[in-house]
Amino acid sequence: MTRSENNVPANPLENPEQKAVIDGIINENLHLNGATMVILNQVQEKIGYISPPVQAYIAQKLGVPISKVHGVVSFYSFFTTTPRGKHTIKFCLGTACYVGGIEQIIEKAKQLLNIEPGNTTPDGMITLEVCRCVGACSQAPVVVVDDNIHGRMQPNKFPKLIQEIQNQEAAH
Amino acid sequence: MAFYRSTVLVSVDPVCVEKGAYELIDTLNDELIKQGLIDEVRILETTRLGDPQKLGPDIIVYPEGTHYTNLTYYDIPRLVEEHFIKGRILKQYAAKMQDAIDEELSAPKSKEVRVVLRNVGVIDPRNIEDYIANDGYQALGKVLTEMSPEDVIQEILDAKLRGRGGAGFPTGLKWRFARQAAGDIKYIICNADEGDPGAFMNRRVLEGDPHSVIEGMIIAAYAIGSRQGYIYCRAEYPIAVSTMNLAMKQARALGLLGKNILGTDFSFDLEMRMGAGAFVCGEETALMASIEGSRGEPRTRPPFPAQKGLWGKPTNINNVETYANVPPIILRGAEWYSSMGTEKSKGTKTFALAGDVKHTGLIEVPFGITLREIIFDIGGGIKNDKKFKAVQTGGPMGGCLPEHLLDLPVDYETLGQAGSIMGSGGMIVMDEGTCMVDIARFFLEFIQDESCGKCAPCRLGTHRLLEILEGICNGQGKEGDIEELQDLCEQIRKNSLCGLGQGAPNPVISTLEHFMDEYKAHIEEKRCPAKVCRNLIKYEIQDGPCTGCTVCARNCPVSAITGERKQTHVINQDICIKCGICYQVCQFEAIKVI
Repeated sequence: MTRSENNVPANPLENPEQKAVIDGIINENLHLNGATMVILNQVQEKIGYISPPVQAYIAQKLGVPISKVHGVVSFYSFFTTTPRGKHTIKFCLGTACYVGGIEQIIEKAKQLLNIEPGNTTPDGMITLEVCRCVGACSQAPVVVVDDNIHGRMQPNKFPKLIQEIQNQEAAH
Repeated sequence: MAFYRSTVLVSVDPVCVEKGAYELIDTLNDELIKQGLIDEVRILETTRLGDPQKLGPDIIVYPEGTHYTNLTYYDIPRLVEEHFIKGRILKQYAAKMQDAIDEELSAPKSKEVRVVLRNVGVIDPRNIEDYIANDGYQALGKVLTEMSPEDVIQEILDAKLRGRGGAGFPTGLKWRFARQAAGDIKYIICNADEGDPGAFMNRRVLEGDPHSVIEGMIIAAYAIGSRQGYIYCRAEYPIAVSTMNLAMKQARALGLLGKNILGTDFSFDLEMRMGAGAFVCGEETALMASIEGSRGEPRTRPPFPAQKGLWGKPTNINNVETYANVPPIILRGAEWYSSMGTEKSKGTKTFALAGDVKHTGLIEVPFGITLREIIFDIGGGIKNDKKFKAVQTGGPMGGCLPEHLLDLPVDYETLGQAGSIMGSGGMIVMDEGTCMVDIARFFLEFIQDESCGKCAPCRLGTHRLLEILEGICNGQGKEGDIEELQDLCEQIRKNSLCGLGQGAPNPVISTLEHFMDEYKAHIEEKRCPAKVCRNLIKYEIQDGPCTGCTVCARNCPVSAITGERKQTHVINQDICIKCGICYQVCQFEAIKVI
C-alpha cells in the first residue's frame, strides 16, 4: 500500500497503476445489473480500501449519487475506508469460538500488539479485526491470519503466530 | 470416463500448499509415469483432509482409505514403491486413527442418513465428471425430457420438502406461486449467505458438491420458467465462491447451463454475487436489495418475492440445502423422500454440531431423531466428562434448550413449540461451565451489532435489551430487570419488520424460561453460578498445587501475577482483568475461580 511521508494514505486515483486497476474493474462490470456491489467488492479486494475520493469516482462512473455509494460502503462491514495493515488477524466471534474462549486470545493480542481490534499497528504491518463466524466451528476457537485458518487456538500458542508474521517480514 | 485402480486425494488447503502440496503432486505424477502406473492411479486435488497445521501436506489413497500425513516430495518414490507396487502400507507416514478423522465430516455414524451430503468428501468437487459418474445431472435430464414444469412442482410438493433456510415454508408451494405469477422475466436465487454463527453446513456443500446445488437450481428454474439465476454467497467463504465459479464454468462447457440446455429449448444461466459481511442479508428481501447493489435492508412483505422480487420481478429464493435436496427427490421419487421424517417434516436435515461435545462436525439425520440421540449417540456426549447444560439451536434467533427437553423429536414444529427454532442447522452444545445470562448477552450483542437499523423496535429494542443484560452480567442487575426484559421481548417480537428483529428476543425468552434461577442469582445475590461473568468472580492461586512454574505470570496480559520461581504465585486483584488466561494455561489446576 502506498503511504505518503506523513503516513496519510495517498489517493489511489493519483497513482496511475492503482487508477488503472480501478478503471479496469469499473469498465468490466459497468453493464451488470446491480454493479455497485460487484465493483466495490473488487476494489476492496484489489486496492485494500475504498476511500471517499474513490467512492466519488465510482459514483460518477455509475451515474448515481455519491450518497448511494457511500451508503453501501458504510453498510457492509467488509468495506473499509482506510487502508488495512499488510497482514490482517481476524478473531472469529461466532458462538462456538465465544464458548471456546476467543476473548482470552483477543486479550493476549491486545497485550502483544498494544492496539485494539479494528486498528492497525503504527508500522502498518498488522491489523486486528473481529469477525462473525467464518464457518470453521468444529475447530473453535479460530483465528484467521490473512486467508489461513488457525483452529483450536490457545492464549499461549498465539504469540507464535505473530512471531511467524514478523519472521516472514524480516526474511523479505 | 476412465477407470483407475487407485485414487489419491491430495489436500490443497492453503496451509498444505504453503507446505509444498503442489511439489508433492508434481513428484507423484512424475514417479507414477516413471513406474508406468499413470493410467492406473489418478491424482485428485481436494480441500482439507485433516488438520493441515498438524498433518499437512497429507493425502488419502482410495479404495484403501489410507491417510498419509506430513509428507514431502522426497518421500514420494518410496511411497509409490511400497504402496502402489508392493501393496504395503508405509506405516511411518500413515496417520493414527484419531488424527486421521476429518474434523468437519467423518464417516456417517449409525443414526445418520446422507442425502444432501451424499457426495461431500466422496467426489472431487472440482471435476464435473465425478459428479456425473455419481448420477449427477440425471435428474435434470429426466426433468427436461419426461416432466412438465407442473409435474416437477407436484413431485416436490408430494415429497413435502420444506425450506431449509429456517422458516420451513413448503418449497413446492413457493415454486408454484412463482410459476403462477404474471410476467415474462423471473429470477431464481440461491441463498448461500450462511450467516448464523455456528453453522457451516452450506459451506461444506458448496465446497464439496457444488453441482448438486447448480442442478437443483436449474430444475427450479425450469419449474417456474426462469432464464436467469443468482447465487448470493457470503464473502467469508472464498473457497466456496471459487469452487462454485469453477463448477458453473464446467457446467456451461458441457451445455448444462446456458442456451438450449441438453439440446432442449430451455435456457438458463447463473451468476455469482458476493455479500460483504452483513448478517441481515440472509433475510430474503435484504438479500435481493444487496444483489441490486443497495444497502441490504429488508422491506415489508407482502408483496412476497414470488410476486415482486429482484428488480420487481417474480423471484424464487431458496437456500443451498433446499436446492441440494431437489436432484435426489426427482431421481428417487417423492415417496422415498417422504418416507423419512415426521408427519410434518419430511426428509433429512444437516446440522453443524459444535461446542462442548466430543465429536464436533457435520451430520445429517432424518427428522424425528431426538436431540439426545444427536448429542450423546452421534456427538459422543460432553467433552471432559462435564455435565450437559443446554443446547442452542437455530443460530442467534434460536433458543437454548435444557436437559429435560432433550427427548423431543427434532422437527420444525416441536423446536418452535419448545421456544427455539430449526433455523439453518447450527447446534451448539454447552456444558455446565457456560453462563446462560452471558450467552443471552452474547447473542444480543451480535444481533444488536447486525441490526440494519431500519425499524425502531429492532434498532432501539435490541440496544436496550443488551444494556439490561450487560448490567446483570456486571453485577448491576436490579429488581424489575426481568419484567422489563420480558416486556421488551414481547414488543420487539411483535413489531419488528423482518425475521432478524422478530427472532431477536428468542435467546432471552428461552433462557428466562429455562434458566431463571441463574438470572436471579446474578441480580439478587450478585453471583454467577457458572463462574463466567467477570465482575462477579475472582481468580486466586492455591498454595498447595502451585509449583511456581511461572507460566501464569508469563501469560498474564496485564502482569498482575507475581512470584519467585518454585514459589507460590499471587494475583494482584487490583490489576487483574479476569480474562481467565492463567486458569487456562495452568497445568496443575492451581488456579481457582471464586
